[in-house]
Amino acid sequence: MQSLTSRARPVERKPMTFVERLYLWNIWKGMMITFRHIFKRKATISFPEQKRPFSPVFRGLHILNRDEEGRERCTACGLCAVACPAEAITMEAAERLPGEEHLYREEKYAAKYEINMLRCIFCGLCEEACPKDAIYLSETFAPSNYQRKGLIYGKPDLLIPDPKENPEEYRKALGNRAKKQEAN
Amino acid sequence: MQVVLLAFDWFFLIEKLVLIIGIISVSLVIAMYETYAERKVAAVMQDRRGPNRAGPFGILQPLADGLKLFMKEEIIPNTSNRMLFVLGPCLAMLTAMMTSAVIPWGGNIEVFGRQVSLQITDINIGILYVFGVVSMGVYGIMIGGWASNNKFSLLAALRGASQVISYELPMGLSLIALLMLTGSLKMSVIVGQQMDGWYNVLYQPLGFLIFLICAFAECNRTPFDLPEAENELNFGYHQEYSSMKLGFYLFAEYINMFISSVIMATLFWGGYDIPFVNDAALMERIGQNWMALLQGLCLFAKTAIFIFLFMWVRWTIPRFRYDQLMNLCWKRLIPLALFNMILTAAVVLWLKK
Repeated sequence: MQSLTSRARPVERKPMTFVERLYLWNIWKGMMITFRHIFKRKATISFPEQKRPFSPVFRGLHILNRDEEGRERCTACGLCAVACPAEAITMEAAERLPGEEHLYREEKYAAKYEINMLRCIFCGLCEEACPKDAIYLSETFAPSNYQRKGLIYGKPDLLIPDPKENPEEYRKALGNRAKKQEAN
Repeated sequence: MQVVLLAFDWFFLIEKLVLIIGIISVSLVIAMYETYAERKVAAVMQDRRGPNRAGPFGILQPLADGLKLFMKEEIIPNTSNRMLFVLGPCLAMLTAMMTSAVIPWGGNIEVFGRQVSLQITDINIGILYVFGVVSMGVYGIMIGGWASNNKFSLLAALRGASQVISYELPMGLSLIALLMLTGSLKMSVIVGQQMDGWYNVLYQPLGFLIFLICAFAECNRTPFDLPEAENELNFGYHQEYSSMKLGFYLFAEYINMFISSVIMATLFWGGYDIPFVNDAALMERIGQNWMALLQGLCLFAKTAIFIFLFMWVRWTIPRFRYDQLMNLCWKRLIPLALFNMILTAAVVLWLKK
């Protein structure tokens, strides 16, 4: 059979030579290899102080977006829930009452919006399904939790900070992925 | 009668007690930090960082490990032989500590106008004593493995016992060649000769090599760690042990490593002699007590190099197979040690003619 790569080598079963049977010389060679590794660059990243950068296509925790005036973009159309292959998203819609125009962009909004992070597979189909650019996946991941119910994220966990009240946190939460979306 | 009782040299008793307590606590602390060093050495050789969270550079890690072992549940299997089960780790620890009694840790120091030797006892059969105590170390393994009442432990104990007993032979033979040169079994005399002349390793390179290999085997360190073979015998003779009894076994291994490094440094590398320095001239300049301190530090530096060698080898090469282990001992090392002994004897005779 023709081999797929040129790296395959047949196993050698020759009897050991005298130098090999002494072991010492080969042990010494091995020791020099490990000694050289002392001075090599360490592969470890000291996690809490130092973080591995995410790649630009990383899909992490969901964020419910607001527009520039701080109004929620979500209209509770349910397209994300339909698109979700893991059925992780549930929502309840409500009608915007007079006087709430500064809170919600459209006449309908999501009164309850929950994502079960234990079910979610972070595929990003909700992001693609959303016609209002209301949901996108950020560059963080879900922290661990002691209980299942702690991993069902509601609106307070998912909503981005208000850009008017604390613009700094808003920009931090927005990250790189949301900008790309606004350009589209 | 009362006069005789009062004439007892109380200072001698106190001096020896202080020395014993000091040496035992030093070897315990060193064994503790050997565990830390082992993890650090393993880490840097595998391009990792090693423990660095507990305290600066992780130097409190051994304390955390010890605390963890103390907190663990003490389990004694109900089919085990209870008495022997407890005796095993005690014996391992005891034999590990006893060897330090005859090692000269430095020159004399002067305390309250008295000359105090930094050696607990300078008996005239020093090396034989070391040898005797080291061979008792096998009982720790044997009893531990037997008392666990478990096939894996018993197999490991048998392996360990036959390994340690086998490797004592070439070790003894290589020492005989050394003793032909020194003409004395006294540790202080052997060190004294090396302080005046060359180190013994220059006369006995082959003997040192054999001794080194046997020391690896006696300490049950890789490549000879068959008694605790993690992957085939489930940690061997300390499989059933938990909590501080396991801690004692692990600790005894590290103390053994320390003591055998000290013995190698003492017998072959000049002991507490400061290399490349004229000792008498330095003694004139800085005084006796400082000199003894420097000598002690020198011995510890030599020991540290050997301990690093132990770890370096451990994290480099895999374990021998059992038949390879026995072949190496009986077919290679013993003939080699015999050859070395006869050669030394012939040269000694020829030079004395």
